[in-house]
Amino acid sequence: MRRGGGKAGLVIGAAVVLLVFAYLLWGGIGNNLVYFLTPTELLAKGASAYGANVRLGGIVEGGTVHWDAQRHELRFRLIDGDDHTVEVVSTGVPPQMFSEGIGAVVEGVWTPEGVFRSHNLMVKHSNEYRAPPPGAKPAEYYRQLFRKQQS
Amino acid sequence: MNAVIGHAATLLGLLLAAFGAVAAFVAARTGEARYFAGARRAGLGVFACVAIAFATMERALITHDFSVSYVEQVGSRATPLFYTIISLWSALEGSILLWALILAAYTALLVRWSTRANAAQPADPQVPYALGTLLCVNVFFLLLISWPANPFRVLNPAPLDGPGPNALLQNSPFMGVHPPLLYTGYVGMAVPFSLAVGALLAGRLNPDWPRLIRRWTLVPWTFLSLGIVAGSWWSYEVLGWGGYWAWDPVENASFMPWLTATAFLHSVMVQERRGMLKTWTITLIVGTFLLTVLGTFLTRSGVLASVHAFTQSAIGPFFLVFLGIVLLGSLTLLAWRSDALRSEGRFDAALSRETAFVVNNLLFAAFAFVVLLGTMFPLLAEAVRGVKVSVGGPYFSEMSVPIALLLVFLAGVGPALPWRQGSLALLRGKFRWPFVAALGVGVALAVAGVRAPLALLTFVLAVFSGGLLVTEFAEATGARRRATGAGTLPALWGVATSNRRRYGGYIVHTGILVIAVGIAASATFRREDEWTIPRGATQDFGRYQIRFDSVWAVHEARRDGVVAATTVSLQGTVLTRLYPRLNYYPTAMEPIGTPALRANMREDLYLVLLAYTQDGEHATIKAIVSPLVGWIWLGGGIVGLGALFALWPARKRDPPTPAAAAVVTRERRAREAVGR
Repeated sequence: MRRGGGKAGLVIGAAVVLLVFAYLLWGGIGNNLVYFLTPTELLAKGASAYGANVRLGGIVEGGTVHWDAQRHELRFRLIDGDDHTVEVVSTGVPPQMFSEGIGAVVEGVWTPEGVFRSHNLMVKHSNEYRAPPPGAKPAEYYRQLFRKQQS
Repeated sequence: MNAVIGHAATLLGLLLAAFGAVAAFVAARTGEARYFAGARRAGLGVFACVAIAFATMERALITHDFSVSYVEQVGSRATPLFYTIISLWSALEGSILLWALILAAYTALLVRWSTRANAAQPADPQVPYALGTLLCVNVFFLLLISWPANPFRVLNPAPLDGPGPNALLQNSPFMGVHPPLLYTGYVGMAVPFSLAVGALLAGRLNPDWPRLIRRWTLVPWTFLSLGIVAGSWWSYEVLGWGGYWAWDPVENASFMPWLTATAFLHSVMVQERRGMLKTWTITLIVGTFLLTVLGTFLTRSGVLASVHAFTQSAIGPFFLVFLGIVLLGSLTLLAWRSDALRSEGRFDAALSRETAFVVNNLLFAAFAFVVLLGTMFPLLAEAVRGVKVSVGGPYFSEMSVPIALLLVFLAGVGPALPWRQGSLALLRGKFRWPFVAALGVGVALAVAGVRAPLALLTFVLAVFSGGLLVTEFAEATGARRRATGAGTLPALWGVATSNRRRYGGYIVHTGILVIAVGIAASATFRREDEWTIPRGATQDFGRYQIRFDSVWAVHEARRDGVVAATTVSLQGTVLTRLYPRLNYYPTAMEPIGTPALRANMREDLYLVLLAYTQDGEHATIKAIVSPLVGWIWLGGGIVGLGALFALWPARKRDPPTPAAAAVVTRERRAREAVGR
């Protein structure tokens, strides 16, 4: 940054800094991309999908949900329109709305044992603020707690 | 009736804004005072119209006038009055109405200022150009609420009741504070943008331009800072995940303009002192405004999914066109007026305040770019390669932590460096005690068992920078004490008020350091666990014991709640009882939790009720401990106080006459010339 003469040096310095920054950004993005896949797409990828953090979306298949209260572990199968299914193991309590037949997105890794280990389970409802559909009555679930208090 | 009045007021406001913009540009071209007077009156008229529209919407909401489409969308007879009032900004159309109101209020303020500025310099075309530009922005937002996002559509027949505002808004009174604060900051960036465009159109930058635009930027910057901290606090208190920042697209949308505006507030000082970095400074403020428009587009058009995003709507294309016009227009202007932006000064030495500012600016720009890339990448990937991806949180953390650490370092070192040329001897004297303090804290923490290197580095750098800031205050106070014989506190107050901008800035820096410590500690040393606990049983969690006592349900007018009672003990002694709960709203598919927390400056214990059995015999509770998380809110308060201190008008002693001011400027120039 001395007077005159240093201009070329400054430009080269700036270019180097920019290149390093771009390289870091590229690497940072590349290592942290989370792909959104369906069971069919995940199975098609096969072994190449092991270990990478992905989001898997599908429908919770009926009759496959098993909750292990001791280990806080939820097992179920996600199915898509092409009838491919993936077994999912998710840790932690599922959201209250989680049930068979509902759309769900899990984030985690696909392991060689053929199990998708999820650390984040999201129930899909197309819009955050939509009222419950007619017939769905979340209040049914805690009705008993009202009665308890009254008695 | 309300619908008709509201819609008529927005249409009239739109017409006035368009008329005022044209009149202002004509006034700038011809210099005719009557056009400018017309533009100013139109500007005030726009504010009056939007205020009427806003008040009409509030009246419609409060009186449950369901013939107004927006009331039908967010209103309900069961909602308490407070939430009814704030439900105005709970959905797309209303939030743009609030936006338009704040923009019109800023326009009225600019009109008031321009009357004075114009009286001082009647021939200066910058002022009408700036007002005209701001009125054009008004035109855009009023166009939105008159047509594609019109909240005043008439419903016939009117329904008897509505669903009420979205459940997240109703769940915390804090939603009455956070959005207006954030919008006041966000929208206010249109004013410095207009002043910049005004200067570019006029083709020159007055010597007082940096001072002026800095003040007009500092006001929205302060609100934006408070809005961001308030939003984090809301997220922490309400969303039940024990965190305060998730790199969610909407959070990023508010953070990016904050970064560029902060860079601008620093670079404009270099411009003021040395006449350098003019193009860069103008680019920053134009970029800040562009980022606010881009942010609004991302979060209000439904292209990105997020907690904050509203439903899909038709306003996306409008925003894209507006964004394109602003971008192309600004770039053209910058290229056309590059001669007016030539630098007057040059860098004298690598070790100087100017260099610190340039490095600071590069860091802020890089930070903004990192966030922008991470936010936009999913859109780009889907458009170019057709794949659905999301960018994971670790990307943002990995990229931003090194930049943030350097900024923490500069927050103390920058103010310690003198303008033009620093000397190592001077720095050695200044750096001694802060260095010793930082080293001492680092060793003490390492001995105490803190092993996380990044957190340790943050603490050490924050102590170092904080020490340098204290030194700045202490040295000046000591000198004043010796000169005047005053006591320490009066001398400190005298020093601080003698240069409010400078010392207010140092207070803001201190607040940022406190926030940095809070983020580093709470992100690194957070612990969490969850268990299903039988009634009456106790669960150990670190130092705490948590006993689940009972769970019951309550009826409230607008919602039902399920409350769990817990008793928290610390090493055997009962500390407090906490009541995490789940709320069931008619508008929400899922219950929304209200976490319970025991907060203090050392650490927060945070309990969330996740689930319970129907017989009330078991509850699943998640517990989180976050050390120093309270420092983030404390630091936010310090930032706000510092900014207020800097903005507070200095006591008017003898207002310098223009001639006297010219003498002072000449003297300074002379001193600088000798120094060179």
